[in-house]
Amino acid sequence: MAEIPAPGPARPNPARPAPPTRPPLMAPGHTAATVTDKISAVVLTGTPKWWYAAFGGSFAILMMLLYSLTMLFAKGIGIWGNNIPVGWAFDIINFVWWIGIGHAGTLISAILLLLRQPWRNSINRFAEAMTLFAVACAGLFPLIHMGRAWRFYYLLPIPNTFGLWPQFRSPLMWDVFAVSTYALVSLLFWFVGLIPDLATLRDRAQSLLAQKLYGFLAMGWRGSARHWHNYEMASLMLAGLATPLVVSVHTVVSFDFAAAQVPGWHATIFPPYFVAGAIFAGFAMVITLSVPLRVLFGLQDFITMRHLQNMAKVMLATGLIVAYGYAVEIFMAWYSGNRYERFMILNRVTGPYRYTWYALILCNVLVVQLLWSRRVRNSVTALFIIAMFVNVGMWLERFVIIVTSLHRDFLPSSWGMYHPTRFDFMTFFGTIGLFLSLMFLFIRFLPMISIFEMRMILPASKPPEEPR
Amino acid sequence: MEPLGEAALQHHQHDPQRPPESPAGSGSAGLPTGAPASPPTGPPTGPPTCLPADTDAPRRLDLSAVRERLAAQQGPAYWRSLDELAQTEQFQELVQREFPSLLPVGMEADFSRRRFLQLMGASFALAGLAACARQPLEKIVPYVKQPEEIIPGKPLYFATAVPAGGYAMGVLVESHLGRPTKVEGNPDHPASLGSTDLFAQASVLTLYDPDRSKTPTSLGEIRSWTTFLAELAGALTAQKGLQGAGLRLLTTTITSPTLAAQIRELLARYPKARWHQYEPAGRHGARVGARMAFGDWTDARYDFTRARVVVALDADFMCEGPAAVRYARDFMSTRRARVAGAAMSRLYCVESTPTSSGTVADHRLALAPAQLDGFVLALAAQLGVAGAAAPPDLPPPLSAKAAVIARDLAAHRGASVVVAGEHAPPELHALAHAMNAALGNLGATVLLTDAVEAQPEDQLDSLQRLVAEMAGGKIDLLVVLGGNPVYDAPVDLDFTTAMQKVPLRVHLGLHQNETSDYCHWHLPETHALESWSDARAFDGTVTIVQPLIEPLYDGRSAHGVLACLLERPDATDYDLVREHWRAQPRATADFESFWRKAVHDGVLAGTALLPRAAAVQSAGIAQAVARLSDSAALGAGLALIFRPDPTVHDGRHANNGWLQECPKPLTKLTWDNAALLSPATAQRLGVANEDLVELRSGERRLAVAVWVLPGQADGAITLHLGYGRTRAGRVGNGCGFNAYALRTAGAPWIAAGIAVTPLGRRYPLACTQEHHSMEGRELVRVGTLAQYQSNPDFARDADRAQENLSLYPGFKYEGHAWGLAIDLTACIGCNACVVACQAENNIPIVGKEQVHKGREMHWIRIDRYFEGGLDEASALHQPVMCMHCEQAPCEPVCPVAATSHSAEGLNDMTYNRCVGTRYCSNNCPYKVRRFNFLEYNDRRSETLKMQRNPDVTVRMRGLMEKCTYCVQRINVARINAKTQGRPIQDGEIVTACQQACPTQAIVFGDINDTQSEVTRWKATPLNYGLLTELGTRPRTTYLAKLRNPNPELEGG
Amino acid sequence: MAQIFHRSTNAISRFTIYGAVFVLAAVAWVFAQLSRSSYATGRTVILQQPVPFSHDHHTAGLGIDCRYCHTSVEESSFAGIPPTATCMNCHKQIWSDSPMLEPVRQSLRANLPIRWTRVHDLPAFVYFNHSIHVAKGIGCETCHGRVDKMPLMQQASSLQMEWCVDCHRHPERYVRPRSQIFTMGWQPPRAQEELGRELVQEYQIQSLTYCSTCHR
Repeated sequence: MAEIPAPGPARPNPARPAPPTRPPLMAPGHTAATVTDKISAVVLTGTPKWWYAAFGGSFAILMMLLYSLTMLFAKGIGIWGNNIPVGWAFDIINFVWWIGIGHAGTLISAILLLLRQPWRNSINRFAEAMTLFAVACAGLFPLIHMGRAWRFYYLLPIPNTFGLWPQFRSPLMWDVFAVSTYALVSLLFWFVGLIPDLATLRDRAQSLLAQKLYGFLAMGWRGSARHWHNYEMASLMLAGLATPLVVSVHTVVSFDFAAAQVPGWHATIFPPYFVAGAIFAGFAMVITLSVPLRVLFGLQDFITMRHLQNMAKVMLATGLIVAYGYAVEIFMAWYSGNRYERFMILNRVTGPYRYTWYALILCNVLVVQLLWSRRVRNSVTALFIIAMFVNVGMWLERFVIIVTSLHRDFLPSSWGMYHPTRFDFMTFFGTIGLFLSLMFLFIRFLPMISIFEMRMILPASKPPEEPR
Repeated sequence: MEPLGEAALQHHQHDPQRPPESPAGSGSAGLPTGAPASPPTGPPTGPPTCLPADTDAPRRLDLSAVRERLAAQQGPAYWRSLDELAQTEQFQELVQREFPSLLPVGMEADFSRRRFLQLMGASFALAGLAACARQPLEKIVPYVKQPEEIIPGKPLYFATAVPAGGYAMGVLVESHLGRPTKVEGNPDHPASLGSTDLFAQASVLTLYDPDRSKTPTSLGEIRSWTTFLAELAGALTAQKGLQGAGLRLLTTTITSPTLAAQIRELLARYPKARWHQYEPAGRHGARVGARMAFGDWTDARYDFTRARVVVALDADFMCEGPAAVRYARDFMSTRRARVAGAAMSRLYCVESTPTSSGTVADHRLALAPAQLDGFVLALAAQLGVAGAAAPPDLPPPLSAKAAVIARDLAAHRGASVVVAGEHAPPELHALAHAMNAALGNLGATVLLTDAVEAQPEDQLDSLQRLVAEMAGGKIDLLVVLGGNPVYDAPVDLDFTTAMQKVPLRVHLGLHQNETSDYCHWHLPETHALESWSDARAFDGTVTIVQPLIEPLYDGRSAHGVLACLLERPDATDYDLVREHWRAQPRATADFESFWRKAVHDGVLAGTALLPRAAAVQSAGIAQAVARLSDSAALGAGLALIFRPDPTVHDGRHANNGWLQECPKPLTKLTWDNAALLSPATAQRLGVANEDLVELRSGERRLAVAVWVLPGQADGAITLHLGYGRTRAGRVGNGCGFNAYALRTAGAPWIAAGIAVTPLGRRYPLACTQEHHSMEGRELVRVGTLAQYQSNPDFARDADRAQENLSLYPGFKYEGHAWGLAIDLTACIGCNACVVACQAENNIPIVGKEQVHKGREMHWIRIDRYFEGGLDEASALHQPVMCMHCEQAPCEPVCPVAATSHSAEGLNDMTYNRCVGTRYCSNNCPYKVRRFNFLEYNDRRSETLKMQRNPDVTVRMRGLMEKCTYCVQRINVARINAKTQGRPIQDGEIVTACQQACPTQAIVFGDINDTQSEVTRWKATPLNYGLLTELGTRPRTTYLAKLRNPNPELEGG
Repeated sequence: MAQIFHRSTNAISRFTIYGAVFVLAAVAWVFAQLSRSSYATGRTVILQQPVPFSHDHHTAGLGIDCRYCHTSVEESSFAGIPPTATCMNCHKQIWSDSPMLEPVRQSLRANLPIRWTRVHDLPAFVYFNHSIHVAKGIGCETCHGRVDKMPLMQQASSLQMEWCVDCHRHPERYVRPRSQIFTMGWQPPRAQEELGRELVQEYQIQSLTYCSTCHR
């Protein structure tokens, strides 16, 4: 019961050649069989040598996270560089950064699905995985940034023996809901999407263990028309659920700052430009991941230039929105006539941390402009490098917003400087280790590209053109 | 960003400049030797060198640029730190250095794999299970026979005195079930009037200092008192034959009648024995100067309440000396212009180094010592002091100023005071007396009495004689009662070498210190709160010192040791003191009632010395004038000024963590002293903050870190005493630089002809408020009396624009509404409130490294802003604690409602609910919240636990804390009032800061009560709130600072 | 191709999926019960004491007033535990040689206090004050239960915050006339609620529920 034809009447019909300007979504010459073989082979055939090296490396970094967290719980927040006035630093920077990265996944899987963008099909699977893992890393920080993390349940609105509720007016409370919902929906979405492919793997697996494992996860998927129907319903519903999340989650995260009155935080522009920034960062990360992946597994046929170009365009668009956000911040500081706001901007540009601000502008505004050029968009290397810049830039953006705003606020008497300690860095890089470890496990044991959705974009499965 | 690895390395390097730690340096006998220079409370913070000693060449400080920048500014110029003002490379570099501090966090060193695994297990278990943890069983231990006056749960207060430089500061000590926990002033005591200084506040911590010496030791070995008595007996029998020719007694200044009587008895028994006194930071100048002026030992005390014009000659009369607290109170009582119809006195300060008194002066002249002498001569001449004449080379502007001041003084004959500083040379004192005489102030504002000290003497001369004899090998038995001469004796006497010629040397002290290291016997001394004694206040008033607690260790008081010398080893202090007073004529027939009353009141009525007439001796004055003229003549060259440190004094408080971490009033430095340079001098020498320089006086050298202090006189370097201790204990060891290494008997306070050479190295200094400018924001509001009279609302003009507009109706506060007001005119930045708060609220110290990271825990801080031009800069003080905003920004952002608002307007902080997100602190515009980044409270040292206030939770790591308006006191008052069915009286609730404040600058009360003091304060037009434009509606408000400058000197 | 799973798998999976809801509910319920159980609160747990002192005997039996031993209950935060001397006032004469009282006599002889085990043990960050509660008409019984029916002392209430707060929010449900503070087993003459409301008026009882009332 393997080869299940994708829904839709599959009547023979010659593949229309893609317009010359747009490279195809899939290199020509593929059939349903070849697609399935190629993708499931990654999972079902032996592990490549480099995988052990890569996973080992990222796992080592993950252990570094374990070490720093142990020290953290054993001694306290003091092992970090945080102080008064800079109460938040790497902890919340990393939180926002990771959450942001997650967004691309949801956007691709949800919104592009609703918009019927077939080009998403080859990247949505690992984009969703990326979302999931990014949220896992992000979710860690609100927990560990607390001085008494073991009291985290005080934040949960559960019946308790104190006769108390949490403070629902606090943006941090909203975070609790936003992030947990986000994690849950992303997980469901990802898993539901996986089911048909899990079934395929189940059927192709040689060892009994693999069969049982994949079979268990496939939840008895047989690919009957009813299954397909339910599947479509489920994924559409989840897409519907996820779509508002793309906007809501980072909006809520931005409230952590917008709802406070610190100069540099208290700004109405935050929600939109945080969301844009999130998608910006997310696509940068997708490129960062997909470029090496397609090479390593020879998936250039499935993740084609077309995908990379589209993502590049999204980056350019969102990048411009972000740049606009920066501009508005500066304008408002001048326009508001509020001396604290003005000083804040001045301090960003000329103060002790000004270099982070310049670097931020370079990474998030200037470098991105290169994407206007078709030649750049056509160069994989260039895209990869730009994506890297953006990853760094978005981290710097949060550094500027959080540290630079806090370290000099209203009373000059309480001004201070923030200097990260090695534990700050170990925690940060440690989460990258966590992310990569999960990522490598994922590409090793699950189909990183949606097999059946790829089949859908096979010329063979194209529905006939409706007459306009 | 600078390379990380390099920086990381540097943190482990030890700064070669730091005095080496003596091997025995860690803890005293019988103590587990901890990290040597780490405070007993808080995490091991490592020696002060745990920060990078930057080895770059020192950057230049372009002060000409600064001047221009200041000149360019409109209105009063307020600025943060010289470096910022100058925008020096160094400042830039400092602030550009983003990621230099990869500091090791405590406990790194002993971190084995095993320990790590334990920790890992423990911490994750903690993370998981803490929720379900059940508290361990607790024991209740009732009395066997309960003392009738003790009600468990209610504190008792006992009147006693804590000595400062031999003089009594009368205090009331709070005692919980026999544990003294907090020191308050004694309202009946002349030196206190209910207030205290920071030293009295901190004395309770010294009592519980785990580093105190616990048993007698002989050459480092633990011995018993009996062994000591045996050895002493032998030595004494030998002395009997010689009539004590070889017996010498070295004490600090003594005012205790009983002790003096005992010593006299000893001297009577051993006629050839001698008694020497030496107080390193004592009243030498005042003592000798008075004798110079009046011919015999005389004490002058001042009545500032009646002074309209005060001229302070190098005098920090509100923060130094045995009467400082009283004088501060008296002087400020004449500056309440806010009270309708009240006049305002005028203060001129002429000083070489900025002082607290200087910061409140209406006119302040910063003059190098030589110039200062010249100016004083000019002033004296103007006032017609015989023989005095302005030196020819005195700059005209100065003589003009002198003329103006003299006119102002002359206009207030009999209602003015010319006061010379505790540490000014005798000649200055003599001349001050002469001026007062010329102004007819003697007997009016200046009261002359016999000496309060039991045996006034020229202590330097006395010590020199002792050293000579010891060096000559004439001494067989030296008994050092208190003090630490090996550390603080003038270096040129070479006390240590001479002392080592004495066959038997005995030292009595609270701590094993530098001196005990060189003595055969060290005897543990009882703390003032542990033993019976008596002492005199600045005006002679006697206080019976009563113990609050049984001696913690096997110690004896000076009385006890003298009793040993008198071969009455079994006599108790109690008997000795009572015997003495029973013998006194004033002890009426009914001695018991006399005794009980004396002990209860804390003052012996009618023991104040009566003023007596005294005429100024022209000879003495002539001599003084001559000497001053000479010193005024040698103007050139750098002068080094020694001063007792504002927080650790002469070094005796070096092991007191509260005082070490208390920011110095003007520099805001903690844990270190530094060579204070004026901006111009620093510019000339090409040095900047934290640069190490070598001070050379003759062949003596000392490497010191530089701190540039605006308002410091050009050509004068100030170096505070009391640092560079090597045997202070775990807190004090290795902090700062030992100024005594340059201090000679010839020049105890001012050493001329100092050479300075930059060493090209740097030494990090932990400054709590280096970052201080007002950025043109109206934070501290200052006006002149004239301005106030013309426009009473001047302070509020800034707020006119923004009324607090809100869409929602405000909360209606029925019942009480607590509020606090601070009179900036009165604040002298003396830090008494800071330490009082620390003592009352169980606030831990965190150590130099943590302070440097910006994690100090003080609930109340005194913001210091500079004002005016660079060279004649003065400072403004602004105490800042939680404002208890009615619209508190911290409250809505806390996800667990750990900080919430009470119905009486308090911003409650609930520690046990706090999860430590630090969001509240981020959102607090005043940044008054403090976070326990690490486990700062010492939970190991048993004695420190005894000090803690049982009414205040001891906070654990990971949670936020802040000023509570002393809510524990509010609750006690409320409960008392309610149980007695009456309303809470105004003034019934006194916050710790308010209670300690010598100048009564703080008032707390119910702002719903129209009659309350605080309401009256807030009703004055001077009242304004900090950052009110944010709509926070702070309950803490300020009364703008008023000055009363002399119109004749305005703009001059 | 052979089936990987037995056909029973379907049933099992369905059951687990639908059953999960009930399982979660059960877990929540158990947790709620545990957190209020005497294991967590120490309620009704009899603790080992050096002397098996019987409140039943001394109060109900001999009619000794609470304040004879707990002297500071009306004036201090701490109700007070009697010093050994208080015990011996009577036990000099009666039961003066009972072996049960040896620890007491021992304590007096050696001048060493008796180390009782605390029964009502509030966390260190909670500041409870007896005097004000007594003054405002909260009877001993209200918190400590029928001490006169306790041969061995035990904690009668959970002492959990919700328990404290309940009374602070609704004092009228618990106050009694000041005259009845020390009586055990007092029954309100009429509806407690209505009597309570009057007393709340009369004694000017504020219901203080802000944090610093108990936490500082």
